[in-house]
Amino acid sequence: MSGTGIGGSPQRVGGQDRVTGAQRYVADIRLPDMLHVRLVTIDAPRARIVGIDTSEAVRVPGVRLVMTAEDLPQPVPRFGPQFRDRPVLAVGETKYHGDPVAAVAAETEEAAEQAARLVRVDHEPLPAVVTVAAALDPSAPLVQDPSLRPGDPLAASNVLREHRYGWGDVDAAAAEVVVEHAYEFPMVTHFAIEPHAFIAAPDGDGIAVWSSIQHPNWLQRTMADLLSLPLSKVRVYAPDPGGGFGGKQHPKYEPLLAFMALRVGRPVRLVLSLEETFQAVRRASCEIQVRTGIAADGRIVFQDVAADYLIGAYADIADRVVGKGSYPGCGPYVVPNARIRARAILSHTVPSTAFRGFGNPQVNWAVESNLTEGARALGMDPYELRLRNVAPRGAEFIPGDTPADGEWQQTLRKAAELLGWDTPLPAGHGRGIALGIKSGPTTGLSYATVRLLADGSVIVFAGTSDMGQGARTVFAQIAAEELGAPLDWVTVVMGDTAIVPYDQQTSASRSTVLMGNAVLAACREVQAKLRAMAARVHGIDESAIVVDHGTVRLPDRELPIVDVLRAGLGKLGGEVVGNGEMRKADEPGHPLGGSAAFFELNCTAVEARVDEETGDVAIVRYVTVSDVGRAINPLQVRMQDEGAAIMGLGHTLMEHYIFDEAGRIRNLGAIDYKIPTSKDLPLEIISATIENGDGPGPYGSKGMSEGALLCVAPAVAAAVRDACGAVIRDLPLTPERVWRALQEREEAPR
Amino acid sequence: MSSMIAIQVTVNGRRRSFEVAGHQTLLEVLREDLELTGTKECCLVGECGACTVRLDGRIVDSCLVLAVEADGGEVVTVEGLARDGRLTPLQEAFLDQGGVQCGFCIPGQVMAADDLLRRIPDPTPAEIEEGLAGNLCRCACYEQITAAIRQAAGETTS
Repeated sequence: MSGTGIGGSPQRVGGQDRVTGAQRYVADIRLPDMLHVRLVTIDAPRARIVGIDTSEAVRVPGVRLVMTAEDLPQPVPRFGPQFRDRPVLAVGETKYHGDPVAAVAAETEEAAEQAARLVRVDHEPLPAVVTVAAALDPSAPLVQDPSLRPGDPLAASNVLREHRYGWGDVDAAAAEVVVEHAYEFPMVTHFAIEPHAFIAAPDGDGIAVWSSIQHPNWLQRTMADLLSLPLSKVRVYAPDPGGGFGGKQHPKYEPLLAFMALRVGRPVRLVLSLEETFQAVRRASCEIQVRTGIAADGRIVFQDVAADYLIGAYADIADRVVGKGSYPGCGPYVVPNARIRARAILSHTVPSTAFRGFGNPQVNWAVESNLTEGARALGMDPYELRLRNVAPRGAEFIPGDTPADGEWQQTLRKAAELLGWDTPLPAGHGRGIALGIKSGPTTGLSYATVRLLADGSVIVFAGTSDMGQGARTVFAQIAAEELGAPLDWVTVVMGDTAIVPYDQQTSASRSTVLMGNAVLAACREVQAKLRAMAARVHGIDESAIVVDHGTVRLPDRELPIVDVLRAGLGKLGGEVVGNGEMRKADEPGHPLGGSAAFFELNCTAVEARVDEETGDVAIVRYVTVSDVGRAINPLQVRMQDEGAAIMGLGHTLMEHYIFDEAGRIRNLGAIDYKIPTSKDLPLEIISATIENGDGPGPYGSKGMSEGALLCVAPAVAAAVRDACGAVIRDLPLTPERVWRALQEREEAPR
Repeated sequence: MSSMIAIQVTVNGRRRSFEVAGHQTLLEVLREDLELTGTKECCLVGECGACTVRLDGRIVDSCLVLAVEADGGEVVTVEGLARDGRLTPLQEAFLDQGGVQCGFCIPGQVMAADDLLRRIPDPTPAEIEEGLAGNLCRCACYEQITAAIRQAAGETTS
């Protein structure tokens, strides 16, 4: 591997523990006297709770607590990152398949399991809405209690919120070609290999919580609110999550566990089964109607987009997903007239939450597919059409927001070139290309502390969660670069709110840019203190001294930082501490609360072949190109991009929840819900980056890691259609759907 | 509570004696009784491979093996690979090639890869994809894991 500095790809910091089994995830932690918790649920999407009989359950040896809503403070506390709508345990009725009504804590896992089965919940099934159409029916039952949204005119419907964006005049715009189609995006789940795990324990006069959480500080705030504790009395330990992908951003069962721990006065632990994670987190499904107008020369004239996202029974962060995910819905193009309407629609389904791409892949699937349809209608190459419309650097392609912040044509061209867009295709093969864009973080606040120790080694404190994206390695590389320490002399401390300074969140591909800049600023403060130290030790003026990376430059010579440090600290030793802050303030009046810190821009180009007998799609060559500004760690960038691409192939080709008639999920778990394995990969994957050093992060970096997932589906579907003529506007492209579409195709393959 | 059965298992070279319930899986015993938490628990139906260990010379999903079935047997878990804190060439290769992101599936991947290399010292990419098809990685480091196995194979066969 080429070096450990900026632009090098050293071994992952902390990687050794991950290959030896020493890494401790939440489920690996054992506390003395810890009790085990199991949840009690009803096998129905919605039911009225008539009564709960715990008498048999409490008699199981080892059971210490059976908690129901009645045992909680009244009214039952509610929480949620956007609306305080989610009760700690179901009150009166369950609202989705898997909504817990009670929980058991016992000395052993086995006793908890046994007792949970013995809790008798007398219930009456109620009609449930699990589709957009059913939720919007005027006679549909209301999912949310309208009193939770006082004064909201939408409270009497299942529409939680409606977002509208636009500019120009769509209705007055004249186009040569107008294409209009409806598209569907499936309900899929994160399927992190680490199921969510939680521990809560009384901690002096406060509470300690362990969670596989992406936002430890946000969880701390939620717990403090619910328990009426000062922040300082809520300690959140956040060991590295075993995969997050957005599904571990916001609290799930931590509040329940905290109330249980305080009730029994002992630590309690809950590790979800994989099936239970399907009932805890998912991506919003979506139905999208797109009307695209294109001029004879291939210029986009207008986009008219209506997206109905089916969110779950509780809002979680889903409304933000809808609002932010649909906002760049017209893509990275200059579109003179635009109208976007997106609705967050409540249903009796698992609460949908953040999921890599944050609402963008849904609209992108529809709009990019429709653009390809437009090109076809116009008789124009879909690559050429995109090249003609993609926003040049500096163009305000979303009026009032950050202008185009990269050479996006370059990304498009590189992908086409790497795929061999203009080369002859074998019979039965087809090609597709698509662009994806996502607004980066709109606000942010990250603090970092860097301690340069007496021997020149370094400790970095950063509140990011390293869930696999490699933040720990990137921060270590920055500190090593700035302070001249070998990489293996840098320790990065994360995941403990009592020790590590505040970070807003780990999401939106922000950490390299926002926390990275905070770490950089902390290093620069250390450098400033070293300059003062060198001035004192050498009796010269500070202005004559430059601290540059690992070196202190005096007028007559250069010294390694550690020499100045030793001399400056003297006999007592000690250390030099620097603090860094990175703030991206909110912007009042902006529809998202702030403009994009950067855009994630990706181009995906695919060559596919279809087995017409079976409908099976094989990806022959897969190209993903992302504009990352500058790769601080190129190997990690590649891992993130390829990982995102393969994850995207999941919702494109195989993944979706299946419901029975009553609205229960039929394919819970790994046997009936398939995600890509090593046997489902493209025959060839090529990932590349565009690096112009034009990002706002350290050394010109931009955030990345979601971009490569955004436009997988439209690129693959376009290639499938090009290969065999099958037109499919409903994901995933399962062999059955492809085969059926082939039976119905109107046009012969080319 | 069901009656307990005494079993003896050699785990990572150490002979261990303990009592288990008849329904307890090897995975539970490794994680709960022996506190060898490197072996991971995810799907519990033998689909994800996170709990892969070596039992009597072949790899198994330890969630599908009853602890009593391992009586008298020899088990190697991920903790049993590195010796004296030194990583095996395979473990090093996983880190060199970027085969590790969140890491949760990695103990299972490493055990499956170790087994593959014992059976096929110089596997082709197709043999690797086949050999590791039972180990899910949601971070999807599949290409890098394949590269890691090729690196390790090159080091041991050259």
